[in-house]
This record gives sequence, structure tokens and C-alpha cells, in this order.
Amino acid sequence: MSVVFYLVAALTIAGGLAAVLLKNLVHAALAVTVAFLGLALLFLSLDAQFAGFAQILVYIGAVAILIVFAILLTRGSDLPKDGVFSRTWLIGLAIAAAVFSVLGWAVLRSGPVLPNQSAVPTVTVHDIGVALVRRYVLPLEIVALLLTAATIGAVIVAMHEKGGSQ
Amino acid sequence: MTPLTAYLLVAALLFAIGLAGALVRRNAILVLIGIELMLNSANLNFIAFWRYGPHPEALTGMMFAIFSIAVAAAEAAVGLGLVIAIYRHTETTDLDRMNRMKG
Repeated sequence: MSVVFYLVAALTIAGGLAAVLLKNLVHAALAVTVAFLGLALLFLSLDAQFAGFAQILVYIGAVAILIVFAILLTRGSDLPKDGVFSRTWLIGLAIAAAVFSVLGWAVLRSGPVLPNQSAVPTVTVHDIGVALVRRYVLPLEIVALLLTAATIGAVIVAMHEKGGSQ
Repeated sequence: MTPLTAYLLVAALLFAIGLAGALVRRNAILVLIGIELMLNSANLNFIAFWRYGPHPEALTGMMFAIFSIAVAAAEAAVGLGLVIAIYRHTETTDLDRMNRMKG
């Protein structure tokens, strides 16, 4: 494994950890943006250029902005008086640690039988576009419908006022 | 350690971090951030298996990751809209205080 992989993986993990641990919500949103960027760099290091740039466009460009908007609209940058962690934080941490140990055990145990093709795949964005309008055209249409419905639904849900008047 | 194992371990760690964030934080927005991290780590698995799997030209893992990104974006929009709606109603985003089903 190259040095670049370890640097990017450390950046991603640090961003994720900071997002979960930081008290201030605005700082957490910035940290999760760093984690999204690290994931996009990991995609690029896996020779998946299209997915990497889609990750940057969708997550850093849209989802991070949405999170910041939600923080602003809910005055989430004010620190709560009774702590940021839930009452049952110990149980949650134990569940997360158990899930990680099971996943890590499974990955390490199945290491020798996992595929390991070292040849770089010669897939261009053109191939992805052709596949999207041929083999995957029905999922593409369904995703288009889902995105439209989700956008309209999000606007209606966020617009709804008490008493039925909008 | 093969490269695929390393990527899978990073994805597993990120998934656990996201799960911990979704389980231990009180703020609903932070819970959504944790869910986003979990979805992203699943995407990393798809891309890693696509890269090191036997048939990358079939584009299966790549397509799954792209559609997963789109669905996760829709989920984030609806989830944050719900958080804003609940905040308008109850003046809080603290999940420990959202203990009523009736408005």
C-alpha cells in the first residue's frame, strides 16, 4: 500500500471522528465535509474518476450545504446545556465497537479469498454513460423520479406550518 | 495485507464511526451526518470491490455506487427537511426530548 493511501485514509477517519466528537455543530459539518473529501480522494485512488467527482459534486457541493442550512435554520450552533451526547451513549458506543470488531474480523479472516486483480480497469466516462442509457436505463429513470419526489417532499415537509396554513 | 483488505478495513472503521455518531449524539442533524458517513463507507466498499474484482468492465459496483450516491442525496434532503419541520413544531432538535408521537 502506498503512502498516499495511508495519508488519505487517515484524513478520512480523522474527519469522521471529528464530525462525531466535536461539540459545535458547525465544526462537525466542516469535519464531515473533510471526511467526504477524503472519501472522494479514496475513490480517485481506486481509479473510479467518475464516482470520485460525483462524490465531490453531490456531497461537498450539495449535502454539506444542506447540512449547514439545516444547522442555521434550527439554531443548532448554540451549545446545549446538558451535553451533546445521549443518555444511552455507552450502549451506542458498545454497539458500534461490536459492529466494527465483527466487520474487521470478517474482512481479515476472508483476506486470502478476496479478489485481487491488480490490472487497472480501462473504463471511461463514455462507457459509464453508455451503460446508464442502455443496461441501467430503468434504474436511472427510477432515480430521476425518486429525486423529483424527494425534492418536492422535502420542500412540502419543511414548508408545513402549524394549523394548516402555509 | 492486500489493497482490497485495507480499503475494506477503512470502510468498516468509517461505518463504525458513523454508527457511533448516529447512536450517541443527541442532535438530529448529527444523527443524519452519521447515517451519511455509513452510506459513504458502503459506497467505498462497492468501489473497492469493483476495482479489485474480476470483471470491472461490467461496471456493476460502479453503477451501484452512483445510484447509492443519488439515493443518499435524496435521503439527506428529506431527512433535513423533517428535522426543520420538527424544529418548527417542538423548538428543539434534541432527540432525547422528542418523545411524543402526537403533535
